[in-house]
Amino acid sequence: MELDGNALGGDLSTVFATDVTDAVFVCAGCKHSGVVATLRVWEPAPGLVGRCPNCTDVIVRLVRTPTRVFLTLTGASRLEIPVEQP
Amino acid sequence: MGIISRGFGGRRRESLPGLPPGQYLTHDFPVLSAGPTPRIPLDKWKFTITTETGEKHSWDWKEFTALPSEEFTVDIHCVTKWSKLGTTWKGVSLDTLFEDVESAADYTMAHSYGGYTTNVPLDDLLEGKAWLVYEFDGEPLHPEHGGPVRLIVPHLYFWKSAKWVNGLEMLNDDEPGFWEAGGYHMYGDPWREQRYQGD
Repeated sequence: MELDGNALGGDLSTVFATDVTDAVFVCAGCKHSGVVATLRVWEPAPGLVGRCPNCTDVIVRLVRTPTRVFLTLTGASRLEIPVEQP
Repeated sequence: MGIISRGFGGRRRESLPGLPPGQYLTHDFPVLSAGPTPRIPLDKWKFTITTETGEKHSWDWKEFTALPSEEFTVDIHCVTKWSKLGTTWKGVSLDTLFEDVESAADYTMAHSYGGYTTNVPLDDLLEGKAWLVYEFDGEPLHPEHGGPVRLIVPHLYFWKSAKWVNGLEMLNDDEPGFWEAGGYHMYGDPWREQRYQGD
């Protein structure tokens, strides 16, 4: 079943203090840029895999264990994360 | 929540013979997928073993299906905790494919159409421990389950049994594949519950 990047929101919220589905990624492969919520996500799988909506390269892998979250971002050349102004 | 459903085969820990620790029994065949399902026409399908010196041994569909095949029944164990007992497959033993391959490397990386990879030590592929299969339950292997051909290494967690496999690369050193680089165990023995790095 294919979902969008909002499916990553729950697990990412346990790692980051901000909503990372609003962050902007740049694909290391095709250089496409978009917000994490637009990633293509498939499930079920041993972890969540977010793919570029333009070229389907893997941007992010998220593996959740009972005690840890592994976040692998080798497919993103940049992640731009919005922060609240003081 | 006062209602407890035992659906999907029951997720309680069971202690049946043949069930590794932390696994539950399912009679379905769940489809796990980390991306789009590749559809590979049989006339384009090819499988290649590449040694550490770059020597290649390739089989097209006709050559591959002309090799001696075996029908075998094994239990499979997914790291997401389901186990399916007594699954029947037909395919070619890796011993047959490695008959003419000269290599001193101890490790392999399985490669698949679609870009998936997983690492398996060579010893875990030989001596009747692994196959390339093209039939499940007497039917051609469906693309959702890895057809036309998938790797089956039943004594390791099922993520090692790469779907849509198209090659094995011989490596001198053990390197992580797709899920191993993402936090899963390098070896993945279900009987030792080697799910994640550090287990």
